[in-house]
Amino acid sequence: MAHSKPARHESHHSGANIAETHDEGHHVVPVSTYIKVIISLMVLLIITLAAAAVDFSQYGPALAPLNIIIAMTIAVVKAVIIILYFMHVRYSSKLVWVFAFAAFYWVVILFVMTLTDYMSRYMTQYPGQYTF
Amino acid sequence: MAVKTKPAKTSVAPPPETTSYQGEHDGHGHGHDDHGPLMHHFDDMGQQRESITIGMWTFLMTEVMMFSGLFFCYAFFRWKFHDAFMLGSQQLNIDLGTGNTFVLLASSMTMAMAVHSAQVRNRKALIAYMIGTLIFGGAFLGIKAVEWTADYNEGLIPHFSWDATGQRWPTSHHAHEAGKVAGQTPEGYVWDFKHNKAVSIEQVKMYFMMYFCMTGLHAIHMVAGAIILLIMLVMAMSDWFTKGNDQPVEIFGLYWHFVDIVWVFLFPLLYLIAGFHPFGGH
Repeated sequence: MAHSKPARHESHHSGANIAETHDEGHHVVPVSTYIKVIISLMVLLIITLAAAAVDFSQYGPALAPLNIIIAMTIAVVKAVIIILYFMHVRYSSKLVWVFAFAAFYWVVILFVMTLTDYMSRYMTQYPGQYTF
Repeated sequence: MAVKTKPAKTSVAPPPETTSYQGEHDGHGHGHDDHGPLMHHFDDMGQQRESITIGMWTFLMTEVMMFSGLFFCYAFFRWKFHDAFMLGSQQLNIDLGTGNTFVLLASSMTMAMAVHSAQVRNRKALIAYMIGTLIFGGAFLGIKAVEWTADYNEGLIPHFSWDATGQRWPTSHHAHEAGKVAGQTPEGYVWDFKHNKAVSIEQVKMYFMMYFCMTGLHAIHMVAGAIILLIMLVMAMSDWFTKGNDQPVEIFGLYWHFVDIVWVFLFPLLYLIAGFHPFGGH
């Protein structure tokens, strides 16, 4: 362990610092991975549009929420793909994983905690609440 | 074996001789690596890289918090004003929204390739992919400008160009065909031709408040990103990243991809909630 740093130190003076900066906890993602990612993102965009073209409510009121569920599921899949590959989280340390996860877990906390309040109490009047 | 030791572990007890590093050595500081990419308060490049990445993710966390406030407002009002959100969404141009999603995903791809080019020290490719990202990002903002101009003319912008009768809205043409003109719907309501029900104009206004707040904040992020990218392009031209530290490109990429993720959610939530009809009509 103690030998590792002097060894790196030497490489700086031998002019090999360019290669050297790449082998320290740093992963160069191959281009082929990016191409696969962008193709899957575009395919998911087409699936989103195709799913929106189907009105599930015509098959019964119970199926009506399917549209938004499918759309949001695809959006989450797209976001996870972008985070893991474009944003390199897949190749990052556990600590980066924790930070990235915490950022989006916060959204879950916000929605669940706030909606439990809003959905369980009487709401005051708002414009146009009477329907015809 | 020892070389592969994780940076986090070596930083626990650094050997005395490693505290002096790189530029601090007299007699060796003549090339461009005089002040190398390693900043003095880090032990090694691995530690520096991880620290900077975590710093950026912490910033993105605050960005997520800011946007999720808007997303919650959207969810709440969509729950309360469901019919109005369905009608409001029908006023948008899905073709332009889809085009925007396409160019933004493409810009994320070119940005990822720019990061790759910086990492493999390819200056020409880095510059080309940065320009490509700028072009796609600019195309996104251009399409948005076209969209907002149309919204302005159709009286869809609350407080600036709001048509409180709904007569200039795109779906009003359908309502006219069906004989559901303003006189036949209750005061303050418009007719949703698709779902055959009257919808409160005040509630549709809330949909457009959410639409412009969310896409507006997103567009501000795009403009800020484009300005930073322009500065980084000039830096890239003078070999800043390809001879020095390539990480700033990766860090900026994190920001750019985050803005992309926001749009990935905005597009279905704002444009597609009333359904998509690829072959004609709203």
